[in-house]
Amino acid sequence: MENTTPLLELTGVDKSFGPVHVLRQVDFTALPGQVTALVGDNGAGKSTLVKCVSGIHPIDAGQVKFAGEPVRIQTPKDAAALGIEVVYQDLALCDNLDIVANMFLGRERVRGVVLDEATMEELAAQTLAGLSVRTVTSLRQHVASLSGGQRQTVAIAKAVLWDSRLVILDEPTAALGVAQTAQVLELVRRLADSGLGVIMISHNLNDVFAVADRIAVLYLGRMVAQVPASEVTQSQVVELITAGRTDGVRSPDDALPVNGDLS
Amino acid sequence: MSLATAPAESPSPTDRRPPVTLTEYARGYLARLAGGDMGSLPAVLGLVVLCAVFTILHDRFLTAGNFANLFLQGAQVTVIAMGLVFVLLVGEIDLSAGVTSGVCGAVLAVLLTWQDWPALFAVPVALVTGVVIGTVLGTLVAKVGIPSFVVTLAAFLAFQGVLLMIIRGGEQIPVNNEVILALLNETLPPWLGWAFAFVCVAGFAAVALVGHYNRSRRGLIVPPLEVVLLRIGVLAVVLGGAVFVLNLERSRNPALISLKGVPVVVPVIAALLVIGTFLLDRTQFGRHLYAVGGNREAARRAGIDVVRVRVLAFVICSSTAALAGILVVSRDNSVHAESGGSNVLLLAVGAAVIGGTSLFGGKGRLVNAVIGGAVVAVIDNGMGLLGFSAGTKYVVTGLVLLLAAGVDALTRRRAVATGTR
Repeated sequence: MENTTPLLELTGVDKSFGPVHVLRQVDFTALPGQVTALVGDNGAGKSTLVKCVSGIHPIDAGQVKFAGEPVRIQTPKDAAALGIEVVYQDLALCDNLDIVANMFLGRERVRGVVLDEATMEELAAQTLAGLSVRTVTSLRQHVASLSGGQRQTVAIAKAVLWDSRLVILDEPTAALGVAQTAQVLELVRRLADSGLGVIMISHNLNDVFAVADRIAVLYLGRMVAQVPASEVTQSQVVELITAGRTDGVRSPDDALPVNGDLS
Repeated sequence: MSLATAPAESPSPTDRRPPVTLTEYARGYLARLAGGDMGSLPAVLGLVVLCAVFTILHDRFLTAGNFANLFLQGAQVTVIAMGLVFVLLVGEIDLSAGVTSGVCGAVLAVLLTWQDWPALFAVPVALVTGVVIGTVLGTLVAKVGIPSFVVTLAAFLAFQGVLLMIIRGGEQIPVNNEVILALLNETLPPWLGWAFAFVCVAGFAAVALVGHYNRSRRGLIVPPLEVVLLRIGVLAVVLGGAVFVLNLERSRNPALISLKGVPVVVPVIAALLVIGTFLLDRTQFGRHLYAVGGNREAARRAGIDVVRVRVLAFVICSSTAALAGILVVSRDNSVHAESGGSNVLLLAVGAAVIGGTSLFGGKGRLVNAVIGGAVVAVIDNGMGLLGFSAGTKYVVTGLVLLLAAGVDALTRRRAVATGTR
């Protein structure tokens, strides 16, 4: 791939909560146009890493570069300003509002003091159309009446509505059935194909291998591998997740490239 | 971000759809009803049934005079209920709204009668008193984090004391300011009543039709034109009918004194309803109120200042209660120890909930409070006519409140089950 400037590049990131050292010297790279899967066992530090990137927790040490520029992400607003959007596992949708209202929540379009519903509805429809979403019939449905996959779709569409460049998905398929999982994975793929950087946290290796370009494995707060998905097997990734190392995959200590020249 | 490369092989929501047909719309409406999204339909049906029952049981229920009484009796409760909707929407409760109206009424009465202030200055001070009370309550709930139930229960007790102190331990302060008394004691001349009805219907029609035209021109989904026209027609019939009845002579002795016309309080409530509905449905603040009530965490993550929204909900509730206090001063021609106390608050909560506002937050409209207020007023009025004791009236009103809250809880459960919530 010719585009080699990483969208997000973390070097030597440390994060502790009191005595608990959650992230140790983590290096991590996400490229534009690629899906980077972030895997690891419970407590490996996946969520903390995402929260550091999205400005919920400030990092203790280390460097963050966004599109090649060193940046400091202190608050969620900083992250949003850079174009980083997070889709949380609980989706953070208001059941009592319709799809359009949810997609524009907190950033409503107004004309004077009046909500510009027509423009918001058009933009929402365009975004969904751009993602080739055809599972949603009416934009004025309350979110409560949507299925799990549709809700996930709305949450993702909400994230890309703003000029976002990096979308972080936290377990996007965790609560979904087979068909809906396929739909959401297809959507994740399309996000990356349209040029966005995508980071996907997942426990499900089938999903990871179905959609990810690169796989990053966290083990007890350390980044133990960051490799193209085509170069590892599912069982190797399982080993990395459970033991932190595996035969046949270079560990980061042996100069595993983290600056994107792998691809 | 560019999505221009994304494939668009399938029908998307931007494609122009054929307009929704009447049958499709009706089917969708029935599906929403079945899913538990009943709005104020139960209250409207209840109102019709109650009116029918009282009409059969008592020959004076359905008279022009009694119809006018309903507005005068229900005004305070309805206005407080409208304010309560804002607090209920964010999932809180204000148990002190009733006594807040009493305190603000007392402030007004003291300024008018003991200090000889003109109404022009006394009314704003009474309203500001409501704003201050709401700010304190809201801050304690949203910033300090005390449950609203406790904060406002404490305020309920404390404000009863404050009211007693303001009126020096139980005096009755008479009020004879003409402007204030006019609110519930004067009526509009018949022609002005008709003009009021015409302006309401024409305004509603203009907003509905222009909105319909603009949306369909931009290819957005609209309800069938027939439905829009039906809504306008229903409003015209209801308002026209009400104005016609209110314009009938209702004096027992017309030769001596003529009494007819729309009570002044009716346009006041109508104005509140329009302003409040605009705030809730058309502004960013209204959207945020619903969001905070629906999913506080989601609202916070969306960058909404949740604390500010919750404080403002209390401010609106208390200042609306202050307005209700002015109305009750007008009705009673005085302020006394019982102003705004007793069962006023519970009737107001009942009005909001009976009308279809959810106690769980995130669901409710101002028109619900008005319809619910009508139900409460009809129960009170009808049972009074039939000669039931105050005791029976309390019990029945309590049961109706319980019934409404039960319907709310069951609706919610059902909505969860069918996925419409």
